[in-house]
Amino acid sequence: MEKRVFFRSNWLPWLLIAPQVVVIVLFFFWPAAQALLQSVQQSDAFGTSVEFVGLENFRNLWHDETYLASFYTTAVFSTLVAVVGITVSLLLAVFADRIVKGALAYKTLLIWPYAVAPAVAGVLWLFMFAPSVGVVSYWLRAIGVDWNHLLNGTHAMTLVVMAAVWKQISYNFLFFLAGLQSIPKSLIEAAAIDGARPWRRFWTIVFPLLSPTTFFLLVINIVYAFFDTFAIIDAATQGGPGKETAILVYKVYFDGFKAMDLGGSAAQSVVLMVIVVALTVVQFRFVEKKVNY
Amino acid sequence: MVERRPFLTFLSHAVLILGVLVVAFPLYLTFVASTQTSQAIVQTPMPLLPGGYLIENYTAAWNGTGGGSGSKAPVGQMMLVSLVSALVISLGKIAISLLSAFAIVYFRFPFRMLVFWAIFITLMLPVEVRIGPTYKVVSDLGMLNSYAGLTIPLIASATATFLFRQFFLTVPEELVEAARIDGAGPMRFFKDILVPLSKTSIAALFVIQFIYGWNQYLWPLLVTTSEDMYPVVIGIKRMISGGDSEMQWNIVMATAVLAMLPPALVVMLMQKWFVKGLVDTEK
Repeated sequence: MEKRVFFRSNWLPWLLIAPQVVVIVLFFFWPAAQALLQSVQQSDAFGTSVEFVGLENFRNLWHDETYLASFYTTAVFSTLVAVVGITVSLLLAVFADRIVKGALAYKTLLIWPYAVAPAVAGVLWLFMFAPSVGVVSYWLRAIGVDWNHLLNGTHAMTLVVMAAVWKQISYNFLFFLAGLQSIPKSLIEAAAIDGARPWRRFWTIVFPLLSPTTFFLLVINIVYAFFDTFAIIDAATQGGPGKETAILVYKVYFDGFKAMDLGGSAAQSVVLMVIVVALTVVQFRFVEKKVNY
Repeated sequence: MVERRPFLTFLSHAVLILGVLVVAFPLYLTFVASTQTSQAIVQTPMPLLPGGYLIENYTAAWNGTGGGSGSKAPVGQMMLVSLVSALVISLGKIAISLLSAFAIVYFRFPFRMLVFWAIFITLMLPVEVRIGPTYKVVSDLGMLNSYAGLTIPLIASATATFLFRQFFLTVPEELVEAARIDGAGPMRFFKDILVPLSKTSIAALFVIQFIYGWNQYLWPLLVTTSEDMYPVVIGIKRMISGGDSEMQWNIVMATAVLAMLPPALVVMLMQKWFVKGLVDTEK
């Protein structure tokens, strides 16, 4: 769709787009190009000499066990965040959609975590589960679970998944609620007249009709788990214990800024870029068409 | 409701109350901890009812006089840094997106679609995938430890540009014709007709982008090294970098409450636009 009526000027449109273009060229395209360039170069520790090494950085990554482990960690982490987050929010949204009294109150209370910064969310959950002072870790000890995410990798992963899901529940909940409210009531009434009970109505009508929303949220949650959870992990576990919760983004940051391995870090950035591009393409191709029966 | 099922209604409320309790518990506990002495928190289990040290803890956090092993920068200064950055980022994003969407929809110029696609592609380049080189650009421009460094690199926005473009395309063309017949130039049309019409979209975007700006973490972590330029989110992280038990949890938690308040207020007060903004920016 295009406007048929427009203004004529040779210089004004350029002036109008100039701020946006300057920012994206300077801070988006130039750095992305630099990352691509650095990923095929290797420099010594002081940055005095740079040599072209082709795909060696990528080959090194492929042979680096910690990098492969980080891929695995990211896969586990994002699957858990997406699946747990979507399930819990769907459950809450389905019940919130049912009730009439107090729906707004529940909604208002459930959207709070959206406003909380990921880093603060990480600190909050760290505080509850801190082995020495945490309230929840105290309760867990009382029922015989010796919680220590500083030593136990599974505990650490559980902690960051819980914090990440908690932060994202509001978002998923609002989208599911909007999706549920757009399902025509007549379909559900017809099924009820035919004798379908709530459980059956949910699985045969509501859930299939929600599939576009669910798919959209699946992509969004995976993107969220990949990129926006850096702050949660940095605040709660710093990727530890060992490298048990070091997801790919954490490793890019750590290798580039703490370990000063520029080539390796740039190669990792390029791998991440490919992942984002793939996820964005999936999102636009399928979400635009709407996954449906 | 399709039919009356008292048990299901009861179950709905039960599940929702449980959900709200689980969601709210971390927030409640944070508030409780921010009203205790640090000794009371260290004694496990810590009290689960608010204590009487609310004012002391918050003043200590605000002025940076709390003890402990981590950073002791005053939170008041950090809140100011966060507020300024969040406002510059959100308003800046809205302003430059309005301008570029206006140019793309209402003008014909060479490379118009190329510019549009270039803006679109930035969606695929989050800070996380280009941190090293972006840091280098900012440091070469001498923008480390400055408001410019904290805000300008985050100010481009593909989503906002899209949203405004979609909206402008639905504005009737008769309005442009009428404005032109009345002798209004493009900027006059923009200022007196287009911007007032976009008010709801602007409000919705403001909520989303304010929270985005306030909650930034990775970027400020890279470009700020001096305590007086830390946003509050970074400040909290620096505070807990000491050990587990010698930390002043009451001060940390008071800071956490302060850090959560402004975005929470924006969400609560602008709830209607917030929900609209979320749904619109993603579609």
